[in-house]
Amino acid sequence: MPYTILEKKELAPNTVMMQILAPLAVKKMRPGQFIIVRVTANGERIPLSLSGWDTEKGTLRIIVQAVGRTSTELINLNVGDSITDVVGPLGQASHMDKYGTCVLIGGGYGTGAIIPIARDLKALGNKVIAIIGARTKDLVLMEDELRTVCDRVEVSTNDGSSGVKGLVIDVLSEILKKEPVHMVTAIGPVPMMKAVSEMTRPLNILTYVSLNAIMVDGTGMCGSCRVEIGGETKFACVDGPDFDGHKVNFDELVYRQKMYVPYEKKASELYACKGGCK
Amino acid sequence: MSSGTISNKERMQIPLQDMPEQDPGARVNNFSEVPLGFEEAVALSESMRCLDNCKAPCIKGCPVGIDIPAFIKKIEERDFIGAAKTLKKYNLLPAICGRVCPQQEQCELVCVIGKRGPSVGIGRLERFAADYERMSGSVDVPEVAPSTGRRVAVVGSGPAGLTGASELARLGHKVTIFEALHRPGGVLVYGIPRFRLPIDVIDTEIDMLKKMGVEIICNAVIGKTLTVDDLFAEGYDAVLIGTGAGLPYFMGIPGENMCGVYSANEFLTRVNLMRADLFPDSLTPVFFGKKIAVIGAGDTAMDAARTSARLHPESVTVFYRRSREEAPCLPREREHAEQEGVDFKFLTNPVRFIGDDNYFVKSMECMKMELGEPDASGRRSPRPIPGSNYIEEVDTVIMALGFGVNPIIKDTTPGLETNKKGIIVVDSATGKTSRDGVYAAGDIITGGATVIKAMGQAKVASKAMHEYLMSKEPAVATK
Repeated sequence: MPYTILEKKELAPNTVMMQILAPLAVKKMRPGQFIIVRVTANGERIPLSLSGWDTEKGTLRIIVQAVGRTSTELINLNVGDSITDVVGPLGQASHMDKYGTCVLIGGGYGTGAIIPIARDLKALGNKVIAIIGARTKDLVLMEDELRTVCDRVEVSTNDGSSGVKGLVIDVLSEILKKEPVHMVTAIGPVPMMKAVSEMTRPLNILTYVSLNAIMVDGTGMCGSCRVEIGGETKFACVDGPDFDGHKVNFDELVYRQKMYVPYEKKASELYACKGGCK
Repeated sequence: MSSGTISNKERMQIPLQDMPEQDPGARVNNFSEVPLGFEEAVALSESMRCLDNCKAPCIKGCPVGIDIPAFIKKIEERDFIGAAKTLKKYNLLPAICGRVCPQQEQCELVCVIGKRGPSVGIGRLERFAADYERMSGSVDVPEVAPSTGRRVAVVGSGPAGLTGASELARLGHKVTIFEALHRPGGVLVYGIPRFRLPIDVIDTEIDMLKKMGVEIICNAVIGKTLTVDDLFAEGYDAVLIGTGAGLPYFMGIPGENMCGVYSANEFLTRVNLMRADLFPDSLTPVFFGKKIAVIGAGDTAMDAARTSARLHPESVTVFYRRSREEAPCLPREREHAEQEGVDFKFLTNPVRFIGDDNYFVKSMECMKMELGEPDASGRRSPRPIPGSNYIEEVDTVIMALGFGVNPIIKDTTPGLETNKKGIIVVDSATGKTSRDGVYAAGDIITGGATVIKAMGQAKVASKAMHEYLMSKEPAVATK
């Protein structure tokens, strides 16, 4: 069955939301789990987190920011097109409990990924605060929808065009001064997840981060996604993607994420040149 | 069996027919198959080496019990298609087995003429017959019995899954294979390199299954996408688990997570399944330096070393902590690797990896080893020689240390008994697990063996499953 794109919406420059038909992948999906897709028949397998899904309709929703060849190819597709492969759900679901007050922090694609987690945490009776950040107002994603599933949504922008002027970490710092927080989850760029974990560590607040390591199969078979957690090697695809932020070796993750940068650059250049240059 | 026109004495005077191979200098520049197969005349000569009125110990030596003298006789009679048909009565995937079976440890080990000289090249003849049929363009689709109304889910499409699916389909059951990856074949596709097992060989066998009515659903990770219990709820009457042993082991030494350090599984998957050798025409990259170290000396290590040799490095070196004699790989694979320029450093073991400023491996510290008393496996156990540490310059390391089994099914199937290693416990005579209607075959019940053993176990399980299926009414879907 083709994995057809049913809906596409541009949320910000180079950032789109897509609804894709993939009934099998969402049948047992739970918040925090992810999918792996191949966009084309010669494509690589890349992991994507979901901002939502509908088991009845058999659809899933992703937010994709074009950062490399594969993500660019994906956002260039249109409604009615289909992608080659979707497999899921993969990984472990997020830890759900009645914690008390939860702060969910989303950066970039992570802004979408915290929505399903927020919804379930709220349903369990938690107070849920979301912090989302962007460079400027126009790049703030999913704010309205987040407001429907959270008790409060705080926005930060680098230029102060919306919400607090500064970074998500500045907002977190203020919240931690004002009220007790029992659980923090951060999903997004590694520097952000690392900064959040460093901030909550001295306060001993339970902190989860979702690690977007490079993957191939996503079922524990290759070890491409190995990460160091508390001095032990784990596979982000089957042991994660969520891990205790206070135990993650973020520096190693950053190095490993950069492993293929020259290859990614080459692949992107070739794609960009397809129209004209040699 | 008639003695034909030539006597056994004459038969024994025919020398073993060599299979021509691609020249090592040429083949390191391509991923085409290395052994080129037999020409018809050569196959005829080889077939005549099989003695008449022989007690055929080879049949017992074969894990799937192929009537070896019968198919070889068909070749001698120039009925090559008939030879392929005879093979397929016992083994539906002869083109694969003819290539990857360790015949010298099985059928050829017990061959009668092997006591006085080289055994009959049974594997080479099996490959010849299967290839002849494939090249003829009309691959025989085995007859399928009338529908029994029973549905079977097969989990995994490697050697065990494909064999189980074919046997059960032949008996009239409706079979659906669930494969986690985006294409079927399992280890035959992601693990075994194309120069040992060309992809069209696998695709032909998979096509045959489809023609027999087997449905293949890719992108379905059983245990995640659906559980074993979901399969029963959807109306499957029985489940065959053939998920293999695909979990890579690492050594647990410092620096193992550095960039440029791969598991053999990752390296081979990137190249074999994802075609990283074709990057950027294929979009999956593989990082590949100039000095390649492969750690371990099993068949997977040889596959990794020989694949490396085809990516134009300065050197490929296999490091093994025991000596040449203990290396678990097939001798012919080690010879192939040596011909392709792979070096071997025996009695040498890495103890840590050293990286550059960007966390890429640039060297490894090794220790020299010596052999002590035989251990539980019967092999002499290696121990490090104190003070023998030295540094090897390497920029890509491939760890080929063996495999564990994937815990996804075990973790999501209540009541499924496994041992400490996560291996599914089965009755070896039937492949039956502790769960009613659930059977298992292949590396998931052994922890790691050969393609043909997995096929043999799948045959055993299929027979028992057939009896089980016919002993009860067809299931009704509950959801």
